[in-house]
Amino acid sequence: MSWITKTFSSSIGRKFIMAVTGLFLCSFLVVHLLINLQMLRHDGGASFNFWAEFMGTNPVIRAMEVVLMLGLLAHIYQGLALAVKNKKARGGQAYVVNHSEQNSQWASRNMALLGTLLLIFLIVHLMNFWIRSRFDAMGGLAEVRVPNLDHPVGDLYSVAAASFKIPWYVALYALSQIALGYHLWHGFRSGFQTLGLNHRKYTPAIYLTGYGFSVIVSALFAIIPLVMFFSEAYQPRPATGNTVEQSLTTEPALR
Amino acid sequence: MAGSNPNAKPMNLTLKVWRQRNRNTEGRIVDYQVKDISPDMSFLEMLDVLNEDLLRQGEEPVAFDHDCREGICGSCNLFINGRAHGPEAGTTTCQLHMRKFSDGDTITIEPWRSAAFPVNKDLSVDRSAFDRIIQAGGYISINTGGTPDANEIPIPKDIADRAFEAATCIACGACVASCKNSSAMLFVSAKVSQLALLPQGHVERKTRVENMVAQMDKEGFGACSNIGSCAAECPVGISLENIAIMNREYINAKATSNNLA
Repeated sequence: MSWITKTFSSSIGRKFIMAVTGLFLCSFLVVHLLINLQMLRHDGGASFNFWAEFMGTNPVIRAMEVVLMLGLLAHIYQGLALAVKNKKARGGQAYVVNHSEQNSQWASRNMALLGTLLLIFLIVHLMNFWIRSRFDAMGGLAEVRVPNLDHPVGDLYSVAAASFKIPWYVALYALSQIALGYHLWHGFRSGFQTLGLNHRKYTPAIYLTGYGFSVIVSALFAIIPLVMFFSEAYQPRPATGNTVEQSLTTEPALR
Repeated sequence: MAGSNPNAKPMNLTLKVWRQRNRNTEGRIVDYQVKDISPDMSFLEMLDVLNEDLLRQGEEPVAFDHDCREGICGSCNLFINGRAHGPEAGTTTCQLHMRKFSDGDTITIEPWRSAAFPVNKDLSVDRSAFDRIIQAGGYISINTGGTPDANEIPIPKDIADRAFEAATCIACGACVASCKNSSAMLFVSAKVSQLALLPQGHVERKTRVENMVAQMDKEGFGACSNIGSCAAECPVGISLENIAIMNREYINAKATSNNLA
């Protein structure tokens, strides 16, 4: 075994992979959230569609999309593999009485469970949005015109707005954000610790930032489908076959 | 008895004790009653009383590890009521006193559980995995010359203090026992960071962390997921910062050491 494979198959090397990919996925969440928040503007999804088009066509973003998918797969594979290895290390006989709640946080002990819940959500989520927006054969998107672009773009907003009128999907989405919140609650600070970034000067700030990040990000992600479910202001545009003109200030009459 | 509390009432307790004949047999919880336990007794003295009773009844006494009974040797290792070394923070089992319990309590006593710590008998486990990790690099080599003079190598006070903090690890294994992943990283990192902080440890610095981590993995301990139960249960307060230091040392060693294999 070369020193490289030895490094990344060691327990510390594998945790290192988890930390690097996990923190990278955190940065992705910020971008995703900022674009999702565009849906709450009262512009019929023009801003959201503009940014969805940007994410779907910008060559840097498209390249990063590949990195993101690889990072996600590495995080999922390594996380599950470590969970299996760690379970094996625990041994066959469990404690008859174990009060682990008195020495550690629930989220910290249940990262594999939370991650698995997120994986289930992610499969539904990607099938619904990502596959449809990237592959025409999987349903494709209606076309709209948005300001500042000289070509029509896909109406991903209507897919989201339609999805967020389905009660079970809104419930799944919002509940999954609880799992996301708990996963980030531990994962954010844990990533820094694994990378060796623990220092009495900065660690309290890293902990606070992680707790704030997990609550704010998961709450905002959860609020968007709930608002769009309960408010009449957010409606999907029926597919007519015609390209609809969108403006950033006024929503064209819904047909 | 000098120093004892004359008002302390003796306690009667129900013990649920893990009994296991040897490594190859299944174990089980067995219930025992102990009577007239003084609150001034240590937990191990209470077990001594139980064993006296068992011997009188012609039964085999409960095997458990102990040596100094002063909280410094790291031999005693009991999982008491779901906590490593019992409910009291910063305390080894031998320094846990029965005044922390109440008359009529039921106390569950189990051995450390970990695939890398097989049960020898009853509450006694084999922790030789720790010895092999230390043998892999937890030392400094001084191969020649006479005894060095004290303070020959100046070490700043704060560095010496931090190294000493890490050196207080008594290798009891509570970190492994309480870790959901059965990870030994708090133990290994205490030794790695102690020796990495001191100039005497710098000669073997990179090879040490590489070899100790490799041995730790070979022994079948799990990977750290920064849960923190180890540090919370550690009787001498080894901090999680040591694990971060070890992670840095390891990655740095892997990137820059001359060991290609």
